[in-house]
Amino acid sequence: MALSDVVTLGQYIPGNSLLHRLDPRTKFLAAITLTILLFFVTKITGYFFFLVILLSVVAASGISLRFLLRGLRPILFLILFTFVVQAFFSQEGNVILQWGFLAIRDAGLWKAFFMSIRLTLLVLVTTLLTLVTSPIDLTDGLDRLFSFLHVLRVPVHEIAMMMTIALRFIPTLLDETDTIVKAQISRGAPLDRGNIFRRLRGFVAVLIPLFVSAFRRADELAQAMEARCYRGGEGRTRMRAMVLHWTDLWAALAALALGLATLSINWLAVP
Amino acid sequence: MRIEAERLTYIYGPGLPWEKRALDDLSLRIEEGEFVGLVGETGSGKSTLVQLLNGILRPTSGRVLLDGVDLTDRRKPVWKARLQVGLVFQFPESQLFAETVAEDIAFGPRNLGLDRQEVSKRVEESLLKVGLEPALFRQRSPFTLSGGEKRLVAIAGILAMCPRVLIVDEVTAGLDPRGKRDILTRIKLLHRNERTTVIMVSHDMDEIASLVERVVVLKGGRICRQGQTTEVFSDEESLAGCGIRLPTIPQILSSLGRAGWRLPVSIFDVQEAARLIAQECHRGAV
Ligand SMILES: Nc1ncnc2c1ncn2[C@@H]1O[C@H](COP(=O)(O)OP(=O)(O)O)[C@@H](O)[C@H]1O
Ligand SMILES: [Mg+2]
Repeated sequence: MALSDVVTLGQYIPGNSLLHRLDPRTKFLAAITLTILLFFVTKITGYFFFLVILLSVVAASGISLRFLLRGLRPILFLILFTFVVQAFFSQEGNVILQWGFLAIRDAGLWKAFFMSIRLTLLVLVTTLLTLVTSPIDLTDGLDRLFSFLHVLRVPVHEIAMMMTIALRFIPTLLDETDTIVKAQISRGAPLDRGNIFRRLRGFVAVLIPLFVSAFRRADELAQAMEARCYRGGEGRTRMRAMVLHWTDLWAALAALALGLATLSINWLAVP
Repeated sequence: MRIEAERLTYIYGPGLPWEKRALDDLSLRIEEGEFVGLVGETGSGKSTLVQLLNGILRPTSGRVLLDGVDLTDRRKPVWKARLQVGLVFQFPESQLFAETVAEDIAFGPRNLGLDRQEVSKRVEESLLKVGLEPALFRQRSPFTLSGGEKRLVAIAGILAMCPRVLIVDEVTAGLDPRGKRDILTRIKLLHRNERTTVIMVSHDMDEIASLVERVVVLKGGRICRQGQTTEVFSDEESLAGCGIRLPTIPQILSSLGRAGWRLPVSIFDVQEAARLIAQECHRGAV
């Protein structure tokens, strides 16, 4: 299995759904609003409502649910860890299970459950955002969104450009790592056998070529950018101008309305 | 060493939106000492196939047998058997990493657990096999070599493991004519002098026609056509169906044939072709 199949970070699935076509700024703000909102949801009904909204949005985006859930894989451990810590170390509520000094309490269990759900939903929202927004659009959007920070001498454009480049090269470098690992294993490198020390020693043979190639790429990219007279954000215009459409307004309003609805339901519901 | 591929299927990213069936129920048999050319349009599965043949990829289904030993068997440690098939990857110079050429070439033999004497003997031998003078190159940094030289060093790194089968994937891609010629000459000599089985992946039909004995044409992860080189390169139409063009000389002969000249098509030698054309000229003039 190739590395790029495992790491879905920053992966984008091209498509033409409404979600794909929205302005990246709208999507970013909506995602931020929804994640902040998540911290105010405290009851199971609220989470349920949130999940229903999320699933309908996923359905509308045409992204397969199975693929979205893959985004959880890398942080599965984190979620489990949170759950265990919360479940065992919370001091509230009545004890329902006890082994020696370890005790599970009912309130703690609920809290653990909620925390894990919150974390899961959080990751799902961000994964969805990156799945329907190309990295270039996303960083362009951030660039525009935060350009007001320019007056505070924050190099917004430069940071956005660095993010774009980093995101752009993640899949390339993953593929390259894959190839180099395979090539060195073909030369008998003990990367897939033997104890951990042997394996680590073999990794030198992977890391050096990888760094060499990353530096070469960086160098070539810098030259290519300079050859095109790139000199930062000032006065720079864009090939794909970002224009807010009416749909963006409706989408933003819908996000806001659904957010408020979630909150009200959460307040009204019995715990 | 005989290689048998039995009903190989390989799927990239199963279950993902970009799931790709790169090989589809492909069977192939390569005998000891053969020189086989593997051709096909880009994306036809050539690189995937050769990676399965040396066991670096595991097939989704199917088996690869090396002299009867099953490479896909998870229960046996097959890494040593696997190393008998030396695979030179596309752009192999990207795997060079050591401070000196000698160190880099020694990487493979050391991983085999050979002693120092044997390792340095193999380094010398493989440098000679690829036509680089050991005294001149041993202590140089691989990063200061020319593109062609880097590639030769990378090939030497594989040869130092003394593989019984050598597979080269697009080994001349991106080199200048002289670099290409050097590498092809070396591979030809290896096959002739050491009787190493060679599998050459390429999309340069001239290269293939001038070197190999048997051609296997892939298309869409299946074998589209295979046979003796002269036989495969004599049928323009069925080749076109596989997305492949004739080598240059057969193309010329075939065009002349369509213009009414009576000439064989699968001639790969310039002198020979010129002689036949001249002969036909004379006959026409009489
Ligand atoms: N790591 C990979 N992940 C997904 N698809 C791949 C990967 N490598 C190759 N493929 C796909 O598999 C098919 C066969 O590729 P490959 O064996 O490299 O063909 P060739 O070497 O003949 O050009 C192509 O369609 C290619 O896009
Ligand atoms: Mg290839």
